[in-house]
Amino acid sequence: MSVNFQVNGKPAQANAETDTPLLWVLRDELGMTGTKFGCGAALCGACTVHVNGEAVRSCQTPLNAVAGKKVATVEGLSKNNTHPLQVAWIKHDVPQCGYCQSGQLMSAAALLSKNKNPSDTDIDNAMSGNICRCGTYPRIRAAIKDAATMMRKA
Amino acid sequence: MNEIQTSRRSFLKTSAAASGGLLMALHLPGSLGQAMAAGAVHSPNAWVHIGEDNSITIYSSHSEMGQGVHTALPMLVAEELNVDLNQVKVVDAPPGAAYVNALLGAQITGGSTSVRGGWEKLRIAGAQVREMLITAAATHWDVDPDLIKADKGMLLGPKGKKATYGYFAEAATRMPMPEKPPIKDPKNFRIVGKRTKRVDTPAKTNGTAEFGIDVKLPGMVYATVQQCPVIGGKVKSFDAAQAKGMPGVQAVVQISDGVAVVADSWWRAKKASETVKVQWDEGAGAALSDAGVIEGTRQAAKSGKVIEIIKPQGDVAAALKGAAKVLEAEYVSPMQSHSPLEPMNFTAHVQGNKVLLIGPTQFQQGAQGAVAAALKVKPEDITLKTTYLGGGFGRRLELDFIVQAAEISKAVGKPVKLLWTREEDMMHDYYRPAGVNQLKAGLDANGMPTALHFKVASQSVTQRAFGLPKDTLDPFMAEAAVMGYNIPNTQHDLVIHDTGVRVGYWRAVSHSMNAFANESFVDEMAKAAGQDPYAYRMKMLAGKPRFANVLKLAADKAGWGKALPKGRAHGIALMEGYDSYLAQVAEVSLNPDGSVKVHKVTVAADVGHMVNPDTVEAQLQSSIVFGVGAVLKHQITMKNGRVQETNYNSYEPVRMHESPQIDIVLVKSTEKPGGIGEPGTAVAAPAIANAVAALTGKRVRRLPITADALRAA
Repeated sequence: MSVNFQVNGKPAQANAETDTPLLWVLRDELGMTGTKFGCGAALCGACTVHVNGEAVRSCQTPLNAVAGKKVATVEGLSKNNTHPLQVAWIKHDVPQCGYCQSGQLMSAAALLSKNKNPSDTDIDNAMSGNICRCGTYPRIRAAIKDAATMMRKA
Repeated sequence: MNEIQTSRRSFLKTSAAASGGLLMALHLPGSLGQAMAAGAVHSPNAWVHIGEDNSITIYSSHSEMGQGVHTALPMLVAEELNVDLNQVKVVDAPPGAAYVNALLGAQITGGSTSVRGGWEKLRIAGAQVREMLITAAATHWDVDPDLIKADKGMLLGPKGKKATYGYFAEAATRMPMPEKPPIKDPKNFRIVGKRTKRVDTPAKTNGTAEFGIDVKLPGMVYATVQQCPVIGGKVKSFDAAQAKGMPGVQAVVQISDGVAVVADSWWRAKKASETVKVQWDEGAGAALSDAGVIEGTRQAAKSGKVIEIIKPQGDVAAALKGAAKVLEAEYVSPMQSHSPLEPMNFTAHVQGNKVLLIGPTQFQQGAQGAVAAALKVKPEDITLKTTYLGGGFGRRLELDFIVQAAEISKAVGKPVKLLWTREEDMMHDYYRPAGVNQLKAGLDANGMPTALHFKVASQSVTQRAFGLPKDTLDPFMAEAAVMGYNIPNTQHDLVIHDTGVRVGYWRAVSHSMNAFANESFVDEMAKAAGQDPYAYRMKMLAGKPRFANVLKLAADKAGWGKALPKGRAHGIALMEGYDSYLAQVAEVSLNPDGSVKVHKVTVAADVGHMVNPDTVEAQLQSSIVFGVGAVLKHQITMKNGRVQETNYNSYEPVRMHESPQIDIVLVKSTEKPGGIGEPGTAVAAPAIANAVAALTGKRVRRLPITADALRAA
């Protein structure tokens, strides 16, 4: 039985068992490897995507839960790094190993979609589910504020 | 393991003499290899490849694991090649003698050696190619080479003569390679020392960066593995009847370290793997516990065979006897896990005697050697391509998961991507060994030390990984043992104690335990002397300008001695490591639950000549955050040989809300470059421990400093 949904605005269809986590559907069936596997238990946030605009951990989201819904991944921010968060990420040279950054970006995008002037506490609350073992937090914080400024001006 | 050790040993012996500048064309990966065959790309030396279309590729001998080497190392080559970084493409070097890290004797990314090792070698490499291009143009144009300039990919001769580097690339390969080409005086650098955008950032912000987990080969299948919950245990028997009937499952394979399930998707492999029932022969490791490991190490510190770290100075025994006051303290560092965010994985394709390996590794030739030994093939028949590493911190110096991938591929006859679960990763690490440091000092009537006896007992990673003979000094256990302070009588002892735990090099290696002990103890001496810890340190730094300078810079920047908000306190610490000098001031308070909050860390760093100051700052931020986790939050424990921490809930790295503000002061210096990927982690421990002691009056001498540890202190 296949499941139909949208990924980054385009129709998608997956044939995996319906309890397969969305993460593995994206990565292994749809070939979208920007979303990463870190813990498999919603502890690290590396697999963060949006489902109908909400940040979710795709490792804990079964395929059948996204039937008919809109999924957004890091590939959907923009391919050419023009999203304000990507611009800010590059400006601050945020990534180190880079492995967690897709998830960080998607958590930040969910935050800024609702709050274009986040305080430090807002950032703590929105981002504390995303682990960066390289410790890029100071730059993530600075980049989110910068992106928010860009989005307020836009 | 013996075969691997043997191959590593002989490898270290034979490769130590190898140096840069060899022509390399045997193991070029992918499209570049094909382009070479077609004659379109030319390699004047191992570091630079120039296409006839003037495309320039610089090889990075070191793996990019976040530390910025794919930018910093090419900056050194580009500086002398006279090209801008945005004109070049950077790729990972294959295994090759030219790429051996002279500081470690193998093609290894570790030990904060990348920039230190490349500082001269890569500038010379760039200059060689520049000179060969100029010679080729001079020959062709029949003009004096001194009249030709190489600039931004163009060769400019007299009378308007002009050609691209690419035009003369082929001819340049036939020119003699100058051994000592002229290189720039650092004051004329255009690239080195300038804040430079990392070349890998754009791919890491849109999901296109390829990590090991992202590798895909035609016909590839997916595998995961169950290993014995006691490291070192072996499979006795297993029942895979249920797994074999599950959707997509292609094979269940016994390998050296466990049982692998192979399927047409990773999730199907993982689901099936959960149903495989394995009977284990747990082996000797089943007796291990963390308490036993630490107690054994403590006993070894008391009565084990002592290895001299450095020749004793003066007469410690006599000075202690004559001291006005004698202080003694013992510090304990627990085991730690690397836990990089990308779980261990590798892709392998074994076809007869030929092997293709693709994935994240810090040790290219080690991977070749280990797989060659395991599969009984020749190392030169193994092609290895390095992807981005989703973190390393020392874990990816190890080769276990690479051998597993090759064994599975050989068994199923297909390309296989092996990926561990997080649980397998955390429970099958090569752990930072526990350490017990025992320190003793004699203070004079003014409270200043006349004698210091330092002793560390811990386990040798180098014995396990590189076959270092027993009872010889392991330099990777003695780092930061000797402090910069002027103390007239000193003795530094090492006791190597094999606990039976599988240990590995962890970020900052032994600096982490030795600096924690030393710099905590200096604070305790200052307290016993009734002196300010900063002023006390400063008194002992006459004639040590680099130490004194960073100490003062950090203290000034942090506002040392000035009033802090109520409930906060400062702690200070100082260390030299990897030829870099660091001082940190930590500002802490207590959370309502009694745990420690680090508000701010101020760090002053003299790392010698900097290649990319922005990366120096990033590495300081990174290493400090990494350190905060080990100081305050996590450790590895063991019961019946089983590691008890299984995922990021039980071993939880620092999160955003716990990440301190980090203020950085960088010293402008023309000293030779120091390493900066690691030392910050080590200095964070005593800086925070000292701040906690200043705040609470409680000295915690065992890490991590949790709320419970503080209450019990």
